[in-house]
Amino acid sequence: MSMVKRMSPPSAARTGVWVGIGAITMSFAAYTSAMVVRHGSIPEWQHFTLPPILYWNSLVLVASSVTLEVARRRIGGPFDRLGHSETLLATKSREWLSWYRITLALSFAFLVGQYLAWQRLASEGVYLATSPSSSFFYVLTALHALHLVGGLAALVYALRCLRSDDGPRPVNVLAAAALYWHFMAVLWIYLLVVLALWV
Amino acid sequence: MTMDSVSASITELPPATPHDHAPPESFLRKYVFSLDHKVIGKQYLGLGLIAVCTGMFLSWVMRYHLAFPDKAVPLIGWIAPTFAAGGVITPEFYLQLMTMHGTIMVFFVLTTAPFAGFGNFVLPIQVGAEDMAFPRFNMMSFWVTFVAFAVLVAAFFVPDGPPLSGWTAYAPLSAVGKSSGPGEGLGQTLWVIAIGIFCIGQLLGSLNFIATTLDLRAKGMTLARLPYSTWAWFITSMIGLIAFSVLLPACVLLLLDRVAGTSFFIPAGLVVSDAIQPHSGGSPLLWQHLFWFFGHPEVYIAIVPGFGIISTILPAVCRKPHLGPKVLIASQLAIAGLSYMVWGHHMFLSGMSPSSATLFSVPTLIITIPSAIITLLWLGTIYGSKLRLNTAALFCLGFVSVFVTGGLSGFFLSQPSIDTYLHGTYFVVGHFHFVMGVAAMFGIFAGTYFWFPKMFGRMMNETLGKWHFALTFIGVYATFMPMHWLGLEGNVRRYSSFPSDYMHGSLPLHRFITYSALFLGASQLIFLVNLIWSRFRGPVAPDNPWEATSLEWSTTSPPPFDNFGGVHPVVYHGPNEYGVSGPRGDYIMQTDPPVAAAPAATA
Repeated sequence: MSMVKRMSPPSAARTGVWVGIGAITMSFAAYTSAMVVRHGSIPEWQHFTLPPILYWNSLVLVASSVTLEVARRRIGGPFDRLGHSETLLATKSREWLSWYRITLALSFAFLVGQYLAWQRLASEGVYLATSPSSSFFYVLTALHALHLVGGLAALVYALRCLRSDDGPRPVNVLAAAALYWHFMAVLWIYLLVVLALWV
Repeated sequence: MTMDSVSASITELPPATPHDHAPPESFLRKYVFSLDHKVIGKQYLGLGLIAVCTGMFLSWVMRYHLAFPDKAVPLIGWIAPTFAAGGVITPEFYLQLMTMHGTIMVFFVLTTAPFAGFGNFVLPIQVGAEDMAFPRFNMMSFWVTFVAFAVLVAAFFVPDGPPLSGWTAYAPLSAVGKSSGPGEGLGQTLWVIAIGIFCIGQLLGSLNFIATTLDLRAKGMTLARLPYSTWAWFITSMIGLIAFSVLLPACVLLLLDRVAGTSFFIPAGLVVSDAIQPHSGGSPLLWQHLFWFFGHPEVYIAIVPGFGIISTILPAVCRKPHLGPKVLIASQLAIAGLSYMVWGHHMFLSGMSPSSATLFSVPTLIITIPSAIITLLWLGTIYGSKLRLNTAALFCLGFVSVFVTGGLSGFFLSQPSIDTYLHGTYFVVGHFHFVMGVAAMFGIFAGTYFWFPKMFGRMMNETLGKWHFALTFIGVYATFMPMHWLGLEGNVRRYSSFPSDYMHGSLPLHRFITYSALFLGASQLIFLVNLIWSRFRGPVAPDNPWEATSLEWSTTSPPPFDNFGGVHPVVYHGPNEYGVSGPRGDYIMQTDPPVAAAPAATA
């Protein structure tokens, strides 16, 4: 009996991320539709001003998507049939790595920025249970941050694959992680618009 | 058939293929935290078996109390001295039993066994893969589900016991906490956490099923050549992916209402147990919308795998091709799509406007069209066939029967004016037990008798199997059919006893139902005996005992760790090649070489 398990083809990781994106989209659609219904059904809905730092955070997150793409384009071939690049391994400290590190730094900055936004609201006396609008604000931002941490873990894992000699095809892992990361940015912009309109 | 005889139609695995995971050697990795889809499938089925025994026991306690409201229930005073001292069932404890029965049966039996259990074992082999696309996610999916079950069952052991808000956990009863009744404290919190965790497990499972079906198919396995069971699991994954993605947020919001003081589902000014609740502005109806947006598709998550199992077995036992295979798939896709447009029919009594009710009533009636088409295709396949009447075939016929019986009562309930009367009665209990519970169970039984030889390499006992079918079939009709009559009489459901004089008249019928339920449960002992005996003492199974066509029958029974012994199957035919003249008899397996290539293969 063969002792192998066939490796998933490159498309499986991508399909997996797309399916995940579908599920997360549905999930946030449920949260936001609940918010819109609640907003429409009660007259005493209390609006509050979003902390301005959220807009800066948005720029940081979008920038991290851009720097990730720059890093990906700097990772040149040729790749062997396992998806490892000799040039990649030989030039561990080259340009792509710097861009990749910038991406990671920006994503951390985004998370810190979100935390600061919560602190700002808390200092104004706006907590999770203060009003329906604040409940939705905290739930949506916290869950987005939770999903983002998952993406960050994927990026760190992809970096580990890129820098090691064996393991799964690093280019595929990176492609899947990047797809998810871009989706996180798109999701955040959507949430920002929703929050700005209804919260 | 041996592996050698199929080697003409398969290609050797290229050397030095990067491997994902090697066969495990330690006990823990082999049987507990296994990455192998076949072990995970069996684990899911084992969990389903434990869950169904638990759920059935709870139903017996309820049934005994309904039949003999003044008598103490035997043993229960000893098992649950805190909640049922001296075997006396209080109305609150009855509701707690009902809640746990429904939750365990719907989530941990009807979802795990036909979808996650059989799907995990069979789907990767049927598409010609060596494992699921993401084996680690797959393992996580099972263990997350197991943890969910453990958390739910833990509710029996907390001071106030399990929740009493029903398997639908309607807010605000489920949201306000301890003050709303026994079990509504920690028990209800555990319920919400368990269901939230369960959603994560099912999402991981669905993700795997979809990626495996789309990306890991063997050479030649086009979508049109996928066996019908794989199609059904694939469609179920898509339904589940959307449904559980909505139930999970609903659980998060409900949990926050319970533990963090938010007011998503609790309205302002609510008074519970003489105390005004410290919440404002929530909407209990929001919970109903979110829950039923999941809840109705959940019916199809339970039943569509059954469609696939029946459609896979029927051609094999009828020895003729399945009628209208493309229409069969299209009908299931239509059901999947329509299942998201009908959730409001569970809420006709929620104060919905008549025009909204019509909006939900029409698609509910329309969804019966693809369901009826599928049934007619089954009947057309059976008609005029040389039926091999084995136990799997009997359960297929039984499935068609109970599905039609349950479906017919659905016509009545889909109309708001009639539902207004029947919704709160036993008519609904009879309806959903037939169409969702029993039909799915018959699919599980059919699948077990059909795939047991592949899973364990041994045949099940046919005589015991046929007795099991006959007694189960009688028991099911005797238990659930009279409930329709009770419903028409106006016998309300969810009540632990019927103190009014009017309802006393229904007591003999309730006793008959209780005897039937006990008889039905006892009949399952035959199945359990058969299962255990056959596992260790059953005759050794050949590779293809049913002379079926799909890929799982082209490998050994049970399949090796990598499913095809180091070779990649190549597919030349669809799964529907029955009643033809092939080299093996009246069927052509999916891996059999095409006719033109046959002489070369023989040479």
